[in-house]
Amino acid sequence: MAVCIAVIAKENYPLYIRSVPTENELKFHYTVHTSLDVVDEKISAMGKALVDQRELYLGLLYPTEDYKVYGYVTNSKVKFVMVVDSSNTALRDNEIRSMFRKLHNSYTDIMCNPFYNPGDRIHSRAFDTMVNSMMMQVC
Amino acid sequence: MEGVTLSEAEQRYYCDLFSYCDTESTKKVASNGRVLELFRAAQLPNDVVMQIMELCGATRLGYFGRSQFYIALKLVAVAQSGLPLRVESLNTVKDLPLPRFVVSKNEQESRHTALYPSDADNAASYSGVIPPPPPGRIQVKKGSVSHDAVQQRTSTDQQESTSPVVSPQQSPPTSPHTWRKHNRHPSGGNNERPLAGPGPFWAPFSEVQPGSSTSSDPIWSGHSPPPHQENWVSFADTPPTSALLAMHPASVQDQTTVRTVASATTANEIRRQSSSYDDPWKITDEQRQYYVNQFKTIQPDLNGFIPGSAAKEFFTKSKLPILELSHIWELSDFDKDGALTLDEFCAAFHLVVARKNGYDLPEKLPESLMPKLIDLEDSTEVGEQAGEVGYSSSPAEAPPSKSPSMPSLNQTWPELNQSSEDTAIVHPVPIRMTPSKIHMQEMELKRTGSDHANPTSPLLVKPSDLPEENKMSSSVKFTAGNTVNGYSSSDSYTSDPEQIGNAVTRQRSHSGTSPDNTAPPPPPPRPHASHSRSSSLDMNRSFSVTPGQQQAGVVAYPPAVPPRPQPSQGAGPHVHRPVDAEGLIAHTSTSPQQIPEQPNFADFSQFEAFAVSGVNKEEEDEIEPHSEVLQVEKPSDSASSLRVAKADGRAEDKAPANAPTSAGKGTTPLAPPPKPIRRRLKSEDELRPEAEEHTQKTGVIAAVLASQPSIPRSVGKDKKAIQASIRRNKETNTVLARLNSELQQQLKDVLEERISLEVQLEQLRPFSHL
Repeated sequence: MAVCIAVIAKENYPLYIRSVPTENELKFHYTVHTSLDVVDEKISAMGKALVDQRELYLGLLYPTEDYKVYGYVTNSKVKFVMVVDSSNTALRDNEIRSMFRKLHNSYTDIMCNPFYNPGDRIHSRAFDTMVNSMMMQVC
Repeated sequence: MEGVTLSEAEQRYYCDLFSYCDTESTKKVASNGRVLELFRAAQLPNDVVMQIMELCGATRLGYFGRSQFYIALKLVAVAQSGLPLRVESLNTVKDLPLPRFVVSKNEQESRHTALYPSDADNAASYSGVIPPPPPGRIQVKKGSVSHDAVQQRTSTDQQESTSPVVSPQQSPPTSPHTWRKHNRHPSGGNNERPLAGPGPFWAPFSEVQPGSSTSSDPIWSGHSPPPHQENWVSFADTPPTSALLAMHPASVQDQTTVRTVASATTANEIRRQSSSYDDPWKITDEQRQYYVNQFKTIQPDLNGFIPGSAAKEFFTKSKLPILELSHIWELSDFDKDGALTLDEFCAAFHLVVARKNGYDLPEKLPESLMPKLIDLEDSTEVGEQAGEVGYSSSPAEAPPSKSPSMPSLNQTWPELNQSSEDTAIVHPVPIRMTPSKIHMQEMELKRTGSDHANPTSPLLVKPSDLPEENKMSSSVKFTAGNTVNGYSSSDSYTSDPEQIGNAVTRQRSHSGTSPDNTAPPPPPPRPHASHSRSSSLDMNRSFSVTPGQQQAGVVAYPPAVPPRPQPSQGAGPHVHRPVDAEGLIAHTSTSPQQIPEQPNFADFSQFEAFAVSGVNKEEEDEIEPHSEVLQVEKPSDSASSLRVAKADGRAEDKAPANAPTSAGKGTTPLAPPPKPIRRRLKSEDELRPEAEEHTQKTGVIAAVLASQPSIPRSVGKDKKAIQASIRRNKETNTVLARLNSELQQQLKDVLEERISLEVQLEQLRPFSHL
């Protein structure tokens, strides 16, 4: 269960960002923003030769005392950043991967929509529903 | 619904009202403005008026034919009497007082005329706006229509349905504006429910009396629709339905003979109507024809696709906001391929029309709009439906009441669904039969997970053995060939729409990115002997896996290939993880021995491993192989599940002696009897000295296990697996519940502290002023 999920465009501006409402959301925005540097670092570290083999899932970008940040990049340099609570120890790597996969699939669906212009903010209800299902359920 | 039966007084009254409303002297349709005025005069709440309008079929038709008017009037009376508005009440409620209309007729007239001018374009939208008439209305309409038709034919007095029905249909194609047509269409479509009946009716009738009907049609198409529509829009909330109803009864009474004539057509219409009774999104035939024609203008091949760009252009003409068009696309592009098939196009068109007429878009695609896909790759938009007036919720979540009518009545959809069901693959590929079906399938997929989708497919086929698999099994049953019943599945559908999405996505992602899914340990060197029971083992494994997975994701992933963790590997990590470390290592060494000795057990141990996910330390020997697997995947939480698994294992009848040794990993309940026993013991007292005993007993256990008859084990495996998983889940539940209560307690404490601090602060503050 993520605390914050963000979709960042290729030019590093957010297409979609959603946080658990009870938290200080700006903090998550800031975290996501700073994590973009790590993402870029990981991407560039791959090297041109490895672009094709680069795995989409970047893994843990960096942990802080309260939470962990995971990253995922598509082949079109659209980044998914997910912030999860550190106290949620049940989350395994595989689960994170599956969450990113779901995100990627939903994002693909949005792209298939001819009314969606790439680079627009994402307003899809289906995407919202899917993201909600992945967010921490705050009682 | 049959026609409405009116008493003498009612008939007279309704006739008078109809004449009053028949400002155009068409004798067929009550002008919408007047009818609206009338309904407003009835002093009923707007939603009631809308409902009445729907019921009487005026929304479908787009205008108030005599029968609709009568039905509507009757419904007004019903509503004013405080009775629930239902089609049946039209005929069953006796001694209804005449509907009371407060507004004077003069006022109505003046208002009506005022309304007229505004119509031209909105007419179509009106019809759309009118809430879809409830099923009863359709029937009523039918009856009334038929009657009316007959009467009109004979007397040219009543003609309500024909013209309304015709006009909507005609107007869209003829109007210069595409969108206007759309507007009309939906109105026609929306009203179709009630109109549908009359439509076909009219056809035969027209034959009987060609002159009257045809003559009325042009009038209607030209004139009535627009005014109607306008009126409909403005008084959407008035009870035009009552008027229609009023008309209906009259016509019904008068046209008994006509009924018989029209019975054939009516039956079809009624069926159609009843099917769409609760479905405001149903596309009528005329609408569908119109949509198909529009489709042809873009793509001549009806089996082909409309590319996204062309569709975008086309729908942009509707001048709906891009956001809404985007949402409509999401809803209607069922397979998410960026192109629209004919069905998808019709659904999208219908949604656009509805939206233009003021209906809110549903959150998920209504059942009636779903394309009849055999292979549903992607889930539809899943979500609640907009709560429109008796509108949106009905289609997808139609209560079972709808089901009877839907399946059989729904033209080809049910059949398609059924056929697709038959062809459904066992594999948990979502098969789009009905929303619920998809839902079920998704649930299945979700349960099984993408990775082990395949392995578990046989499992899926099985009936719901697993308790957790209830939904899955039901979905499986669906695929097996359940008759289409959106209804039966509607429950699951509504209950868990997200799962479908998940399942689908999971499915999708599964194909694409399996590697990151589970991280199964290297395939264990499964001895051949185990293969003899492989099928049962697999089932067990899948059982254990799925329940375990469902439990909380805590349990190890059900590896596609049940990893036979190397004993050494398994033991090691497990040791560290679980409570007892010492036993594992010893076990590890012994496990290899055991594996060859008891190949069957080895398989079981895998199950156990799944269940336990290696949290609990297990000393058991067999478990070691599993533990490896478990370790790989299990999070620490799995310990509890392991424990549960162990307990489950114990439930099986293995000698307790074995339990201590094998318990460790918390092998899934499926584990062979000896293993479960071992596990059980383990879980119960992990810290027990059993651990030590384990190491010592591993050899013993192995021997014991070997001696166990394999046949009984395989038989009871499934059951045990299920029971074990049940137990595991229960234990997980209790653990989580405990955790939750503790957290709640902590929260309360913190809040108390906070309150006390605040009180103190308040106490201190005043002094600061001094």
